[in-house]
Amino acid sequence: MNLSSLVIPVLLSAVAVYGLGKRVNVYAALTHGAEEGLTVLLRIVPALVGLLTAVTMFRASGAMEWLSGVFAPVLELLGIPPEAAPLLLVRPVSGNGALAVASDLIAAHGPDSYVGRVAAVMLGSTETTFYTIAVYFGSAGITKTRHTVPAALAADLTGFAAAALAVRLFFGAG
Amino acid sequence: MEITWIWTGMVTLSLLFGIATGNLDAVANGALEGARSAIELSLSMAGILCLWSGVMEVMNACGISAGLARLFRPILRRLLPDACRDEEALAAVSANVSANLLGLGNAATPLGIRAARRMARGCGGVASNELCLLVVLNTASIQLLPATIASVRAAAGCQTPFDILPAVWMASAMSVTAGLLAAWLLSHRRAGR
Repeated sequence: MNLSSLVIPVLLSAVAVYGLGKRVNVYAALTHGAEEGLTVLLRIVPALVGLLTAVTMFRASGAMEWLSGVFAPVLELLGIPPEAAPLLLVRPVSGNGALAVASDLIAAHGPDSYVGRVAAVMLGSTETTFYTIAVYFGSAGITKTRHTVPAALAADLTGFAAAALAVRLFFGAG
Repeated sequence: MEITWIWTGMVTLSLLFGIATGNLDAVANGALEGARSAIELSLSMAGILCLWSGVMEVMNACGISAGLARLFRPILRRLLPDACRDEEALAAVSANVSANLLGLGNAATPLGIRAARRMARGCGGVASNELCLLVVLNTASIQLLPATIASVRAAAGCQTPFDILPAVWMASAMSVTAGLLAAWLLSHRRAGR
């Protein structure tokens, strides 16, 4: 038995039992949340159509290979697979774009391949940096952001390198 | 706006590369194929995404996020001592962090904005060290269960979509640490000048 097979069933039943103990209407909350998931999906579908179109064209034209080649020396230094280069460029700017690029990488290399796993971990351990900065400072009326952008980008870059490192550590580079 | 440039750049580069390498047929097919696969991907991840959104909602309803928020108060008091003198800002920041951990992005952003607005009062449009720290914390992902990625992996035929969790946690922890460290170092460097 795979240990990670325990995660989903245990989490589902634990949350349900705990909620029941707290006298929460578990099923109503579940379906209400699922409805919210549907609205999230509705919001990302148009963006996915636009971006997956561009990404698939980009890959078919050979431009993706060229881009990976350009960034390969720098990425190799950080231990990041060069195939992930487009993901690094899109990630800080667009969440849906990064999702499209990552799912393209996962589909092309396989979800259990080294590149596929690195893409998934990168997506999970970084955020849409520039969007977040714009939203927070915009609504707080801040115009001088000082050291926020360099610090946030340092976090992103570390996240990218750490994603590749963590995948090598837990799964090997195979 | 940036995404407009990226999109236009990608499509234009594809055309130029397609002409240069003689792959134009593949590029044309790629455009249609990409649009079709976007809907396929959306449909195949819809169920899992809805299920996890539901589970998160149950967690939220039974007070797990409130418990997490309590758990983080002592740490946040150390990270953001000035902001935490204001009880309302502290409440918003801890709720923001716990919503981030549970992957409730829709809930996290308004909470974080509320905290940021309170922390920005009376500083004349210049971000304080602590406000920079709060934003850096929010630009580094600290999600415990990355449900969207798991559903993408499952849609691609992965049997154990959550097996990347330890790797995600490790990478997240390293990136958050690097962000906080960089913010701290940069704020001290500027203060020393």
